[in-house]
Amino acid sequence: MNLLLVKQLGGVLMTSISMVHVKKVAKLSRIRMSDEQAQNFTKELDNLIGVLDKLHEINTDNVQPLVSVSDGQTPLREDVVTDGNKIKDVVLNSPDTKYDYFVVPKVVE
Amino acid sequence: MADLNKLSIKEALSGLLSKEFSAVELVQDHLDSMEKHRGLNTYVFPTPELALKLADESDRRIAKNLALPLDGIPVGVKDLYCTNGIRTTSCSNILKDFIPKYESTVTTNLFAAGAIMLGKTNMDEFAMGSSNLTSCFGHVVNPWKRSNSEDEVVPGGSSGGSAACVAANLGMASLGSDTGGSVRQPASFCGIVGIKPSYGRCSRFGMIAFASSLDQAAVFAKNVEDSALVLSSIMGHDPKDSTSSKAIIPDFSSCFKDGDLRGLRVGIPKEYLENLHDDISKMMKNSICNLKELGAEIIDISLPHTKYALPTYYIIAPAEASSNLARYDGVRYGLRVSEDGDSLDDLYEKTREIGFGQEVKRRILIGTFVLSSEHYEDTYLKAQRVRRLIANDFNNVFDKIDVILTPTTSSEAFGIKDVLTPVQMYMNDVFTIPASLAGLPCLSIPGALSRSGLPLGIQLIANNFDELTLLRVAHKLEKSINFTAKPKGY
Repeated sequence: MNLLLVKQLGGVLMTSISMVHVKKVAKLSRIRMSDEQAQNFTKELDNLIGVLDKLHEINTDNVQPLVSVSDGQTPLREDVVTDGNKIKDVVLNSPDTKYDYFVVPKVVE
Repeated sequence: MADLNKLSIKEALSGLLSKEFSAVELVQDHLDSMEKHRGLNTYVFPTPELALKLADESDRRIAKNLALPLDGIPVGVKDLYCTNGIRTTSCSNILKDFIPKYESTVTTNLFAAGAIMLGKTNMDEFAMGSSNLTSCFGHVVNPWKRSNSEDEVVPGGSSGGSAACVAANLGMASLGSDTGGSVRQPASFCGIVGIKPSYGRCSRFGMIAFASSLDQAAVFAKNVEDSALVLSSIMGHDPKDSTSSKAIIPDFSSCFKDGDLRGLRVGIPKEYLENLHDDISKMMKNSICNLKELGAEIIDISLPHTKYALPTYYIIAPAEASSNLARYDGVRYGLRVSEDGDSLDDLYEKTREIGFGQEVKRRILIGTFVLSSEHYEDTYLKAQRVRRLIANDFNNVFDKIDVILTPTTSSEAFGIKDVLTPVQMYMNDVFTIPASLAGLPCLSIPGALSRSGLPLGIQLIANNFDELTLLRVAHKLEKSINFTAKPKGY
C-alpha cells in the first residue's frame, strides 16, 4: 500500500499526510492512539509537514549531511571496567523487578 | 536580613566573604521568597532542608578561608539534570517518580564550586516547548505583566521555571538547557541574561536527552558577569560524554575589564530584520547606536539560508527525540501502564500513551515519520544537508566580523491563555535556532521594554568556542543599554 501521497505542485514536491499515516507512525512509535486522536494529529502534522517541505526549494546536491558540529572522530578508550556492582541501583527505578531482573509480560509461549 | 535575594552573585560573594551575612541567611531569604511566590510555579521540587544544610557547610568553609568560587550561592536547577537521590522528571508523567542514582556532570561541577541548589525547576515536558505550558506539573507564570493588565504571560520555554525564578529573585542564577533557544527565548521573555556556550563546552552526561546533536547546558543570571561566573564552573571535558570538548576553558575575568569596543566588528544579518515588530526594530537600532558609541564597527551581512533553519530544526530535533525517547518503555524505569493479559507491545503502547503529553507525542510522531525508510532521504537526510549550508553561512561571515547582533525573539511574551497553533509556537524560536544548528555560543540580554511594558531580548552570537568575545561584547552592551526595569512585587 502506498501510504504517501506526493503531489507535484508548481514544480515543488509537496508531501501530504493522511490518518492512515499517523496510525502507522503511532504504531511504529509504540504509542496507542484512538481514531479521534489520530484525526487531530493528522491535521496538525499535515500543516507542519507543509512547512518542512520548504527545504525542497534548495538544491543540496554535493552537500555533505552535517551529523554533528563536534569535529573529530569518536574518541576511544581502553576497554576496562570503570565501575560495576551496581545491580541494585540499576533496577531501583524499575516498576517491576524480581531477583534483580526486570519483569515484563511473557514474550515466548 | 531582608532583600538579600535581590543581590547579584558578585555582590553576594563579596558580602559572604566579608561576613556581612551568612550563606544560611542568604539561602533562607530565597526560601522565604520561594514560599511567598509559590503561585509562579517555578520550582516543581524545592529542596529546602538540603539547601540549608549545604549553606551551613558553606559558612564553615568561608569561616576557615576555604571558600569555593561560588560558595553559598543559591541556584535553581532545571528538572532535566539528574540529581543523585533527588527526584528528576523532565516534567513528564512518564518519569514522575524517577529518582536518579547518579549526578549529572554539570550539576556535579556546579556543586563542587560551592553553589547550593534550592530545588528543581519547572520546564516544558522533555524540554519540548516555548511556553512552559507543556509541563506535567502545570504552567509557570512570568513575574512580568503587561502594564495596566493583570493577565498572566508565559515565561517562555522550555526552561521557563529556571528563567522565571531568576527574574523573580527566587534564585541568584539557574541552570537551563538550550536545544533550539530554550534558554535565550525565556531569558528574553523574563528580562534576564541567558547564555548557551558552544556545543561541546559542557558535558551532556546526566542531562535527560531531547536532541543530542543540539542539546547544550546553559545558564540564566541577572547580569552578564554573573552568567560567566556560573558558566565557567560547569564547562569542561568529561570522559562520559564523547562530544564534550577538550578545548581549554578560558578565563572569563578578562571580559569584564573597563574599556570600549574599538576594533570590534559586529555583523547585522539582514535576514533577521525582515518584518520586525516596531518595538523590536527600535531596540535593534538603539543597540546598534550603543555599539557604535563604544567604537565598534557595524557591518551588514547576509546569512542566506536563515529561512530554512526552522524547518531544518523541526526535522532534526524530533528525529533525534523520537530515537532518544524510545527508552521510555515502562520496563527499566518510569511509569508502567498494563493490565493482566497484556502483551509486551500492549505494555509499551499503553505506557507511552498515558506517560507522554501531547507535544511530546507530536514530536515523536514527526521524528518517526521523517526517520521511516520511505521519507528518510527526502526529509531527515535533506535537513542534515541544509544544516551544513546554515553552518557554512556562519563560517563564511566570521572571516569579516567578530560577533553577530540580532533580536532574540520576534515578539514579547504572549499570554498564557493565547491559543497558538504548533507552527505558531515553533515560530518563537525562529531567531535562536540557526545558531543552535551551527553549535555556536550565543546569549540573550535584556534590550528594551515593549510598549506594553514587557522585556525584549537582544541576541549576540559569536564564532565557535569564542565565548570570550561573546561575553566581552555582551558586558559592554549591557552597561550601555542599562536596562534597569524589574517586574513589580519581587
